[in-house]
Amino acid sequence: MKKELWLFLLLAVISVITGMINPAFLSLVNLLNLANLIGLFGVFALGEGLVIITGGIDLSLGSMFALLGVVFVDLLTTYQVPWPLALLAVLLGGLVLGAIQGVLITRLKMQPFIVTLCGLLIYRGAARYYTTDSTRGFGYGDEAATLSNIASGNLGGIPNTFILLIILALILGVLLHRSVYGRWLYAVGKNEEAARFSGINTDFVIATAYIISGGLAGISTVMFVFYTNSVSPSSFGNFYELYAIAAAVLGGCSLRGGEGSILGIVLGTALLQVLQNLVNILGIPNSLNFAVMGSVILVGVLADRQLQSRRQRKMALASLARTPPKTTVLQGEPSAPRG
Amino acid sequence: MAEMLLELAGIGKTYPGVRALDDVSLSVRRGEVLGLIGENGAGKSTLMRVLGGVIAPTQGVIRVGDVEYGQLTVREATRAGIAFVHQELNLFENLDVAANVFIGREKLMGGRLKLVNNAQMRASVAPLLARLGADFSPDTLVDNLSIAQRQMVEIAKALSIDARVIIMDEPTSSLTISETERLLEVIADLKAHGISVIYISHRLGEIMTCADRVVVLRDGRTVGELARNELSHAAMIRLMIGRDLKALYTPPKRASEAGGCDIANLVTTAFPDRQISLSVRRGEILGLAGLVGAGRTSLARAAFGIDTILGGEIRIDNARVNVASPRDAIRHGIYLVPEDRKKSGLVLELPIRENMTLANLSNYARMWLIDGAAERKVAKEQAKSLSIKAPSVDIEAVTLSGGNQQKVVLGKWLSMKPRVMFFDEPTRGIDVGAKSEIYALMRDLADRGVAIVMISSDMEEVIGVSDRVAVMHEGGISGVLERDQFSEYNVLRLAIGQTLETTEGAAT
Repeated sequence: MKKELWLFLLLAVISVITGMINPAFLSLVNLLNLANLIGLFGVFALGEGLVIITGGIDLSLGSMFALLGVVFVDLLTTYQVPWPLALLAVLLGGLVLGAIQGVLITRLKMQPFIVTLCGLLIYRGAARYYTTDSTRGFGYGDEAATLSNIASGNLGGIPNTFILLIILALILGVLLHRSVYGRWLYAVGKNEEAARFSGINTDFVIATAYIISGGLAGISTVMFVFYTNSVSPSSFGNFYELYAIAAAVLGGCSLRGGEGSILGIVLGTALLQVLQNLVNILGIPNSLNFAVMGSVILVGVLADRQLQSRRQRKMALASLARTPPKTTVLQGEPSAPRG
Repeated sequence: MAEMLLELAGIGKTYPGVRALDDVSLSVRRGEVLGLIGENGAGKSTLMRVLGGVIAPTQGVIRVGDVEYGQLTVREATRAGIAFVHQELNLFENLDVAANVFIGREKLMGGRLKLVNNAQMRASVAPLLARLGADFSPDTLVDNLSIAQRQMVEIAKALSIDARVIIMDEPTSSLTISETERLLEVIADLKAHGISVIYISHRLGEIMTCADRVVVLRDGRTVGELARNELSHAAMIRLMIGRDLKALYTPPKRASEAGGCDIANLVTTAFPDRQISLSVRRGEILGLAGLVGAGRTSLARAAFGIDTILGGEIRIDNARVNVASPRDAIRHGIYLVPEDRKKSGLVLELPIRENMTLANLSNYARMWLIDGAAERKVAKEQAKSLSIKAPSVDIEAVTLSGGNQQKVVLGKWLSMKPRVMFFDEPTRGIDVGAKSEIYALMRDLADRGVAIVMISSDMEEVIGVSDRVAVMHEGGISGVLERDQFSEYNVLRLAIGQTLETTEGAAT
């Protein structure tokens, strides 16, 4: 919880300073825009976070958006499929892609980095081939007006994407922090062998994380499609997996696994979006966007690392002081000669 | 011949609470093969690490030639011509033979560019391999070599640094008979070239074949020295044992019951050509003794579903159980307290409470949501009944001492319903007080009708705690001892693959 508190303070301080320099940052329009972006980028970051807690990584998300995105638009426009079915198809598509990756990683013992890197290449290639590299968008008809209204609408001014993120974060928060599965996820991420020795089906736990990540990617696809209203297969979702990894890491997930929280991931996403927004609003050249993001993550993780090793040193010293000098006669020994 | 190459005088090594070596003296002459024997934990490895400069002795002198040292550094040991052929081979499998021989002192070329001169390294390794009669070339990848061939690489490495003493620690434990013979020939050849060998082995037959002299260690002391003409199995075993074992034994409160666990013709992946049959009754503690690597841990891993079972069956109370995973084992009440508690027993970074409930978390959950209060209650109860010394059950397991960590592992299983429990080296690295607590816990479990298998390399523990002792040798059960047959002598004979002198009770 401490980590999340620090992150929240950092977020607050940066927001206040930016707001003082340029009050436009705190304007309602800007804040709502920000909330929309946090919602869009937060949903799939949650899935990425779960995968990272297992000690793995999912690099395929951005390409998944492209592939699922072109299929989704095509289903609605070319094939005139009713939107609930199209939505279901995209969700299922995400779950299936996640399941394939999960099985490759657990059953066939392949490295997550390799599997999802290949996913990144394959899905992107498939999306471009499927559309012959042409952008897919909605025509003048209202193929999915209802869904579009839901995905890009708002409730009492608050963007639906943000509301969806909060709902999903609550559900996943309970899953990760209160459920049996969540406990298993942490145990597997920290020490897979001990988890196996405790009778946990570690393959199931890990594969499920990739499946959840795939499913959330499906949801994100739909939201992004209606955010941009068109999908150009070669650039849609490019680098988005890196945003998710950055958010998770900034939010306290360790790439070694076993660490991180849902609140942290949400705060990490928020911080990233605030940074991007701040670049725009403070008139910093837009080209520095990535550099600012990179620097903040670097400093953040470095600070965390330093704090942790200090804590470990303290703990080591404390346990050293606690260990009494060993004597040969100890109470409880059945045949203690004296005393 | 009598030129003294190396001499250790009055070497002692004390760790807090433990005296690992006490006034050990031994000397090696030029061109001599010195056998070094002793039980597990007698101090052989510690002594050799002193010699290799890995650890510093707390007292005593090391004399190399004319130079006296209080302690050696690794560099000094190497310069003095002391080389190791390790038990677990320390080679880089991804590099070729020549690169391994010259690791850390590569031959260079290209001046300031400091490029590695592979051709020159291979050329200088070739004659060494020829001398050892090796059937592989310097540019072979170590990954492609057998254990015996890798040993040859280690010996070639020793020769390349002009070693005068080569220390071989259990060199034949994974070799076939013909490979062992080949190694003994190489040793004879080294000897003929004036190189001395310190040969550490549990295999007394090999010692008989190759040693000129044998030094016996027990409990960190030199207890005897046998000259070539005094060597016999009986003489060596007599020196290796002879401690008076403390009366640790607590007899069971009730006679062991009919039910229990029967392992029949079990085949493990570690020894696919051996079958293991073993029975342990409810209410009984069966000690499982044997030398390191005799297959005791693989047996426990197979029974717990970690390793695949290749053949045979496991029956509990005469009902066959199918164990394909730890989950299956746990469902049938078969639990394992593993050898390496930090790696396999605990998730160190999780709190005590979460470690204790990890194996049956669903019991503390409703609709998959964990009931924190129920969990904490059970963890507290276990911590209390096991008298775990910790400020609360919410602190991370990593902060606990070895004994308390082991108790957390126990607590994990004791809150469930054990029927058969395997304890693999349950008291390794644990202080005396916590040890006797763990013995008492095992006895209590047995008295409550659990069948207990205790794997141990500690002779005192095997003899002092068990109701019966099964001894393993090279993957099979070499004999089962009843309490009236318990003696270090008998356990040791079975452990090195000999039969008992009295035939009764010696199963196959």
